[in-house]
Amino acid sequence: MTAVAASARPSASAPSAARTSDLSSALPVSFRGLRRTFGTGGSAHTVLRDIDFDVREGEVLAILGPSGCGKSTLLRATAGLDAPSAGSVNIGTTPVQGIDPRCAFAFQEPRLLPWHTLQANIAIGLPKSSSAKTGKAKVARLLELVGLDKFAKHRPREVSGGMAQRASLARALARNPGVLLLDEPFGALDALTRIKMQDLLLEIHAAEPTTVLLVTHDVDEALQLADRIVVLGKEPGREGDGATIVRTVVVPDERPRDRGSAELARMRSSLLESLGVEGH
Amino acid sequence: MTQLGNPDLTGNSVTPTSAHGLKATGVDVTTAGAAQPPAPDQGGSTPANGWSPAGVLEKGWARLLLGLLLPAALIGAWQWSTSAGLFSVVQLPPPAMVFEAAADLIQRGELGQHVAISTQRVLIGFAFGAGLGLAFGALVGLSRVADVLLAPTIGALRAVPSLAWVPLLILWMKIGEDSKVTLIMIGAFFPVFTTVSLALRHVDKNLVEAGRAFGLKGLKLLTTVQLPAVVPSVFSGLRLALAQAWLFLVAAELIASSMGLGFLLTDSQNNGRTDRLLLAIVLLAVIGKITDALLGVAEKWAVKRWA
Ligand SMILES: Nc1ncnc2c1ncn2[C@@H]1O[C@H](COP(=O)(O)OP(=O)(O)OP(=O)(O)O)[C@@H](O)[C@H]1O
Ligand SMILES: [Mg+2]
Repeated sequence: MTAVAASARPSASAPSAARTSDLSSALPVSFRGLRRTFGTGGSAHTVLRDIDFDVREGEVLAILGPSGCGKSTLLRATAGLDAPSAGSVNIGTTPVQGIDPRCAFAFQEPRLLPWHTLQANIAIGLPKSSSAKTGKAKVARLLELVGLDKFAKHRPREVSGGMAQRASLARALARNPGVLLLDEPFGALDALTRIKMQDLLLEIHAAEPTTVLLVTHDVDEALQLADRIVVLGKEPGREGDGATIVRTVVVPDERPRDRGSAELARMRSSLLESLGVEGH
Repeated sequence: MTQLGNPDLTGNSVTPTSAHGLKATGVDVTTAGAAQPPAPDQGGSTPANGWSPAGVLEKGWARLLLGLLLPAALIGAWQWSTSAGLFSVVQLPPPAMVFEAAADLIQRGELGQHVAISTQRVLIGFAFGAGLGLAFGALVGLSRVADVLLAPTIGALRAVPSLAWVPLLILWMKIGEDSKVTLIMIGAFFPVFTTVSLALRHVDKNLVEAGRAFGLKGLKLLTTVQLPAVVPSVFSGLRLALAQAWLFLVAAELIASSMGLGFLLTDSQNNGRTDRLLLAIVLLAVIGKITDALLGVAEKWAVKRWA
């Protein structure tokens, strides 16, 4: 797999190809004492607690953690789709209150409107300010970038799950967001398409600065894409309390990185250990 | 059925066409589509040139002919029973007499009037009733406040049997068109209101959230996500409403009118004209079925477009 990766990756990218707009500026994100409890009274159950963290503008942050630990909840709080029970999220200098237009979300499921074509679905991501003409051109470019230009007029149910997921990614990219929230965006893709989409993400990130919060189950993906990785999990001794950031890892070296490097292999097994997977 | 050859619609042609996908990034994506072949198109499952019973049942003309079998048999039985003398002419006149009654009324120019005025009342009442049902259904389905404020009252009004409105409507609006159209509006309102408000409450929350995440709200969210999602339910509500509209039309015309198919019913009853009475019933059946079929065509189109 690493051999495929090395050959498939483009050389330090041609920014003009990936560029989808001229307007875009990455924004920093900060979490302050964030807690999220679902339910009240006896059925109350805390999912996230004491999240204190700063994401630099333009940084790619990967979020790892076991299933159900609250990764999606954290992204939803960042986008303003969910309100924290305590603490706050700030984007730039202003707190997130309600749905935040500076964010774009690629959900864990594609969530495309079944009665629209892929093209029309992607167009929903366009920022409000964009004119009809530039919007159309941008959607066409994005369709090409995610390899769906031949399927522009197809409905979501006429394409595969992986194709729908790419359309959902394109919809988020169409927004030129200050903060790009990606919830396992490559989960439904086969190994090769996944690597291509990861490379595409890096290209777009290089061409248009944006802060990326990327939730993933895949340690290799995190090591390949992120500047830093946080691991969400329960602290030993406080298992009943909800997950928090139990580890932060800075990934060295510029991207693209050599998937075979010994350093990454070491980090990989150490991260897997943090996630509770022994013996790798 | 003819879709087999259409590259845009069939699953198996999907794979090769994605070959140029990622050109712009300098990445070859030849196999990108191959890993997840989309589900095969359902429409392509009928054998292209083989004969199958299911295939014949799909054809429009065959369905029409088969659907007419039972009515033809009924007319046959009707004819037979009257010529065998099972019923007196007053109880059940033979088909030919009903036919003559129709010809007679057409000649006098009355039948067309009866049909026209009844159809007009149904269409106007249905349009306004369904429109209001859609508006209130949307309000109650989307807003918890409106739900709490309005739903109990509307539910109570719905419990009032249709005929109970008639004396009041006549008192308020006299025996003109208004009272009849209003009664039909009431009949058409509730099915649409109920189906739309219920359906809107059950729209996929994930889709609505995705819409909101991309800045849609209010009317724009309604027209982009919520209404399209309930189109199939809206149409089943509309078809129920149309049936109700015909029901309420007859109720209105039976009681107070000087024209229309309901009037033809009471008038014939009073004059002992069983032939005209049967004619009115047959006409109600036929026109009701035609309007429902027209709505069915619209429904088919809309479901295909929106679902
Ligand atoms: N609306 C809600 N009401 C009640 N509980 C919720 C709600 N949303 C999420 N939860 C709970 O929060 C926890 C974390 O959910 P979340 O979706 O954030 O997990 P996740 O880390 O994204 O998991 P996965 O990797 O499987 O996607 C789960 O235990 C879930 O039951
Ligand atoms: Mg999740």
